[in-house]
Amino acid sequence: MLSLFLRDTRLGLRAGGGVLIGILFFLAVIAVVPFGVGPDLKLLARIGPAMLWIGALLATLLGLDRLFQADRDDGSLDLLIMASDRHILALTVLVKCLAHWSTCVLPLVIASPLLGLFMNMEPAAIGATTLTLLVGTPAIALIGAVGAAVAVALPRGGLLVSVIILPLTIPVLIFGVSAAYGAVEDPAPFVAPFLILVAITLFFAVIGPLAAAAALKSSAD
Amino acid sequence: MHTGHSGRHVGVNKSGNFMRLVAENLAGERGGEILFSGLNFAVAGGEALMITGPNGAGKSTLLRIIAGLLDKAEGRIRLDAAPAGFDGLVSACHYLGHLNAMKPVLSVEENLRFWQSFCGIGNHTVGEALDRVQLGDIGHLPFGYLSTGQKRRASIARLLISHRPVWLLDEPTAGLDKGSEDQFARVMHAHLSGGGIVVAATHLPLGLDGAQELVMGKGGF
Repeated sequence: MLSLFLRDTRLGLRAGGGVLIGILFFLAVIAVVPFGVGPDLKLLARIGPAMLWIGALLATLLGLDRLFQADRDDGSLDLLIMASDRHILALTVLVKCLAHWSTCVLPLVIASPLLGLFMNMEPAAIGATTLTLLVGTPAIALIGAVGAAVAVALPRGGLLVSVIILPLTIPVLIFGVSAAYGAVEDPAPFVAPFLILVAITLFFAVIGPLAAAAALKSSAD
Repeated sequence: MHTGHSGRHVGVNKSGNFMRLVAENLAGERGGEILFSGLNFAVAGGEALMITGPNGAGKSTLLRIIAGLLDKAEGRIRLDAAPAGFDGLVSACHYLGHLNAMKPVLSVEENLRFWQSFCGIGNHTVGEALDRVQLGDIGHLPFGYLSTGQKRRASIARLLISHRPVWLLDEPTAGLDKGSEDQFARVMHAHLSGGGIVVAATHLPLGLDGAQELVMGKGGF
């Protein structure tokens, strides 16, 4: 299992991996916001956490369709499915999701404080947003695995994956943003939405791989 | 569609184990259309089964059914007296399909080392396996740089690095030159004399004497 994680991280980091594309997309989204809303620093600071979350969500969706498609195209997926007596398929899926998250999504989380400065956010808001992204983005990747597994047999399933899973990621977005606001705006709570965010991630860490494994098994042809 | 077969039943094979791959009244379908039905065969350890027949006769479908990647329409397929360490048919199978299941950006050695750690240690190390298929000196190259025949040989090396008693080979010699075909025949002979089973779908003679032959489909146009 460790070897699968290492292989997938290596694949992600080498040429053709989605690391740079995701970060550039994230950067592009955040960089154009101040031009769009105008030079109102207060407004920028207020919408900052939400914009960072939306940017990270979209950047995460960007590379998800290749999660299983690449393995299907070269025949590896057959062997991964055949090895399910040795390694439970759901666990294989979970490891692939973790590898995907560490190569394609973790860099976004690391870049988000810098992009927070673009949005004139105060340090507490930047810290809270980064923390909620760190906790919440795994849920997006795990939900995305289900969509990627369902669309794996389709030649151009990329957009379809995003459309399928976008509604399911809305709770993650809502609680992520409200926790980030809770850290800076006084009456709003931070702990409650943050804990719900953690719960969502843990919930999908179980449901996502199981559902994706079932979809992969039935899609083998 | 009638399917001819040679249902030669063998008791104890020359290597002394009782492992047998048995198909009873097996039927396979693709896209709702029955490709073959009423298929019976029994292959004992140390024996090979050549599956021949025209395009579209269902050779690959049969192999994928044996590998557990496709559902059978009806009938039974089982592995009797599987060697210790293998619970069922699928876990005892190596599947070499049309695709090589290798990542182009990783080196040949990295690819093989991953499959070895994922599928279990076999009788050969990665270096030995590469020597057996005469790729010993280019194991460090990215898989994508290899020629078609070399890629095929690299995926043949995958059969050697993890031990599986049953080899399911789909057009294994596609792209191989004459010398490599002979070398591959020796690899298969070594597997058979170790008590293994080879089931190969092929148009070309694989140089295995005394193999059973299963002719699928009506033949010709």
